[in-house]
Amino acid sequence: MELLKRFQQGDLDAFETLFRQFQADVYCWIVRIVRDSGIAEDLTIETFWRIHKARARFDTEASFGAWARRIARNLAIDHIRSRRREQDLPEQSLSAEAPDSALRRETHEKLEHAFRQLSPKLQAAATLALVDERP
Amino acid sequence: MTNYRDKEIQRLLKEVIPRVDREVRQDLWPAMLRRLEAPRCYLPWYEWALIGAPCCWLVIFPKGILHLLYHL
Repeated sequence: MELLKRFQQGDLDAFETLFRQFQADVYCWIVRIVRDSGIAEDLTIETFWRIHKARARFDTEASFGAWARRIARNLAIDHIRSRRREQDLPEQSLSAEAPDSALRRETHEKLEHAFRQLSPKLQAAATLALVDERP
Repeated sequence: MTNYRDKEIQRLLKEVIPRVDREVRQDLWPAMLRRLEAPRCYLPWYEWALIGAPCCWLVIFPKGILHLLYHL
């Protein structure tokens, strides 16, 4: 409680303690959604930067972890949303492949394309529930 | 059948969506500190001039705000 109060008042040491305590969790929440470690690191920094910026509004009675998780999840979903806009149409393979391999590749491309058509929130939910098997 | 198809889709999704390491690779605090120390909002002088010019204009000609609102 004392730590959260000091953080709320702008104490950098308190913020560092919270950062070190939660950076692994925040990174894990984000990487499970965005599936890219570099991007997850950037978004982890961005999450804590927003947390630091909004510290005055933080209720010290509430859970810091839940607050961080909400910010991290929203940032990860926003990232998927922006990536979706930038994404090009899937490239067509011109190489000569074995029929099985070509069929498999085509199935993968279709599935990936269909998956990217889902809303960012559904993409995140599907990734967590079906791929990571952790809701 | 549905259960089989669900499992098949799940298997294919696992193949399509890349596996990622859930452990953070490095301490991110130094990068966080750099972010905190970076200037929050740097505006070059000409952007201040662009902001200042209409403000000065409104101070000198207060009635101009009506024209501005009309055109907005």
